[in-house]
Amino acid sequence: MQRIRLRYTKRGRLRFTSHRDFQRAFERALRRAEVPMAYSAGFTPHPKVSYANAAPTGTGSEAEYLEIALTAPRDPQQLRALLDESLPAGLDIVDAVEARTSGLADRLTASVWELRLEGVELAEAERAAAQFLAADSVEVQRRTKNGLRTFDTRAAVVSLEALPAAADRPLDNACAILRLVVRHVTPAVRPDDVLSGLRAVADLAPPVPAAVTRLAQGLFDEESGTVTDPLAPDRDADTAAPPTAAVPADAKAPEGPA
Amino acid sequence: MSESVFPQLEALLPHVQKPIQYVGGELNSTVKPWESADVRWALMYPDAYEVGLPNQGVMILYEVLNEREGVLAERTYSVWPDLEALMREHGVPQFTVDSHRPVSAFDVFGLSFSTELGYTNMLAALDLAGIPLESKDRTVDHPIVLAGGHAAFNPEPIADFIDAAIIGDGEQAVLDMTEIIRAWKAEGRPGGRDEVLFRLAKTGGVYVPRFYDVEYLPDGRIGRVVPNRSGVPWRVSKHTVMDLDEWPYPKQPLVPLAETVHERMSVEIFRGCTRGCRFCQAGMITRPVRERSITGIGEMVDKGLKATGFEEVGLLSLSSADHSEIADIAKGLADRYEEDKIGLSLPSTRVDAFNVDLANELTRNGRRSGLTFAPEGGSERMRKVINKMVSEEDLIRTVATAYGNGWRQVKLYFMCGLPTETDEDVLQIGDMAVNVIAKGREVSGQNDIRCTVSIGGFVPKPHTPFQWAPQLSAEETDARLEKLRDKIRGDKKYGRSIGFRYHDGKPGIVEGLLSRGDRRVGDVIRAVYEDGGRFDGWREHFSYDRWMRAAEKTLPAYGVDVAWYTTRERTYEEVLPWDHLDSGLDKDWLWEDWQDALDETEVEDCRWTPCFDCGVCPQMDTHIQIGPTGKKLLPLTVVK
Repeated sequence: MQRIRLRYTKRGRLRFTSHRDFQRAFERALRRAEVPMAYSAGFTPHPKVSYANAAPTGTGSEAEYLEIALTAPRDPQQLRALLDESLPAGLDIVDAVEARTSGLADRLTASVWELRLEGVELAEAERAAAQFLAADSVEVQRRTKNGLRTFDTRAAVVSLEALPAAADRPLDNACAILRLVVRHVTPAVRPDDVLSGLRAVADLAPPVPAAVTRLAQGLFDEESGTVTDPLAPDRDADTAAPPTAAVPADAKAPEGPA
Repeated sequence: MSESVFPQLEALLPHVQKPIQYVGGELNSTVKPWESADVRWALMYPDAYEVGLPNQGVMILYEVLNEREGVLAERTYSVWPDLEALMREHGVPQFTVDSHRPVSAFDVFGLSFSTELGYTNMLAALDLAGIPLESKDRTVDHPIVLAGGHAAFNPEPIADFIDAAIIGDGEQAVLDMTEIIRAWKAEGRPGGRDEVLFRLAKTGGVYVPRFYDVEYLPDGRIGRVVPNRSGVPWRVSKHTVMDLDEWPYPKQPLVPLAETVHERMSVEIFRGCTRGCRFCQAGMITRPVRERSITGIGEMVDKGLKATGFEEVGLLSLSSADHSEIADIAKGLADRYEEDKIGLSLPSTRVDAFNVDLANELTRNGRRSGLTFAPEGGSERMRKVINKMVSEEDLIRTVATAYGNGWRQVKLYFMCGLPTETDEDVLQIGDMAVNVIAKGREVSGQNDIRCTVSIGGFVPKPHTPFQWAPQLSAEETDARLEKLRDKIRGDKKYGRSIGFRYHDGKPGIVEGLLSRGDRRVGDVIRAVYEDGGRFDGWREHFSYDRWMRAAEKTLPAYGVDVAWYTTRERTYEEVLPWDHLDSGLDKDWLWEDWQDALDETEVEDCRWTPCFDCGVCPQMDTHIQIGPTGKKLLPLTVVK
């Protein structure tokens, strides 16, 4: 059985797709693309798809991940193109590798988020970010299935910076960009929780809802403070060990007695 | 020119439930450049997206129109109250989900009414769109508000709100209408709104209520309905598409991201029905029967599955097992998709052991959970009245086959409040259910089988033999159903194996008011809308009290009331509000059939017996079109 790992996006208006909606759309795309899927056993067999750490509804993403199991091998790049074509524009399959290592989910330990704050001056965003980072803990509340929950948002935030919006936008309204790296912890700290935190410590209150996008997720590298590509180990394993080479190229025949 | 309102809408979406339903972008949706078309249609199914998106009628017209050069069609659905409140607060108009243009920017705003309970949603959409609620207040710059769908066969209750109605099949009709609008626009819109509506009315295939005056008698009944300008025909005809194979739509069914009520590749295997069930408006107004060929069906299923990735195929029609080649279709499709985990479903099956064989074929590799049959009437006498020719022996034989073939549950549909019905007729439903369970236990040798009885209140509909019948009041309906419930629950031996589902009689009374209403009922609809009425087809939004309040406020001025429209029996001479809308059915034939109903006399199906002169074919210049073609579905060669 071949396993293929895919990176996909939720772009533009399709960021309002819920995870359940995406699952149905993806399983239909598998059918349309006639992918030889492995199915679970049981009364109602389901195609074997493992989803990892999906972004919340309404949040855009450049870096969502999943893994599928196939009954017959397929070229990952051709499969990527085929699946991408079978999904609506905005739900785009942007990367594919054959799984060569275990534990994709274990390599998703942090995310890079971008929050677009329309109507917020850059200076205002910078001040709020500084106040947030200066705090030891920033408690916020979120309504969950089990009622109102209070938790800290500060500890999970590795970095937070305010940036000017792209230069090509109209100058008449203010807009600031927040870029942050957040560790995946329990309970999860989501971008809107950080916004609640910014409101709590610095009264930052964007006039319109922030447009939130996950730019990347992967293994957090403690030394560099960056988030690494979670598919890189599979890609590296692939190039290091060509699947056709049953015997390593540098292997030598044992030197027997002459 | 019009701009997308998406930027304004986008800011509201994080605050509403299931925002995905408002963003469009579905697989197989079409966005044509605005300037590429000179006639633009906004198509609405006036209910929530999850109900409206899978609607076949809208999907077909959307594709038929968009395939044409110079025409574009976009879709719009009812927004839920949470978004409606925000749209009003922020001044965002009713929009299409395709390119998010304001509905007011289109040439035609076409609404498809499967049920009358969408009327208040139409008013909400018009209001949100900034289009005056009443036709008389609109200008040349407003869209033509057009009603279609089965409810449009009596558009009188919404006559003030719509500009036009089309009855019957829409495929060719919307294209013809497009050409008339195109020509009028090209000429510089001479004569304004009145002129284009007049050109449409003159064809005899578009009903324009403003060109007809309704005169009333002192007792409240209608005296006559008369055209108020020359050139407008006395009666407006329904449209009939004759060759379904020429219209293989939808070719590219929409695949929503949001979850909707039907997620399957639906193929209409035939249109029309001549079984002659007297309560069934659909069967009466869609005559004659026109079959899609077995090969046409096979091709649509194949292309549709490839275009969508759906896991289920639904073979739609009013009585799918009646297709002349249904056995070959079912076997052919089951063979073809056996390996692909594609489910096949056949809604609307008759009580017939043959249908169990069919169902077995369709569930070869799946589980056999439930089979549904619709005897409709509990007693033999009742079934003669409604012309549903099923005997109790037929039913028992059918369910015995079903349980014997491993089906665990049988669902039976009935109606309550049918003409001449007594408590005894309804109580016999309980006996029937008991007999079904007894037989089921016997043939399956198991005790854990179930039978669910599901009952809806009967609502007399226009263009049926029961259009003259008194509707049973809500109180009497409820009392009758309670007696049946007590009887079933009281049965020690079988009661626990019988499920009982029913609705109270109140929504049926509102549906009855709207179904057989006339123009005066428009005041009630408007008052309900202004009192906050929306989504009347939804239990949690429907308010009987609101409807009754509105009726008490508006109808006394006309000397009529809700009972006058619902529980009153009509006489032969009475001019019915929809008499000037021609479904092809001969009114005298309908009356004879009504008398036959009262005499408990059955009528055969004209597909297999001589014509009984319902009038449709000669009046509409149509004919029955059925197979068999003798062809078979070949397995597709799959390149793996």
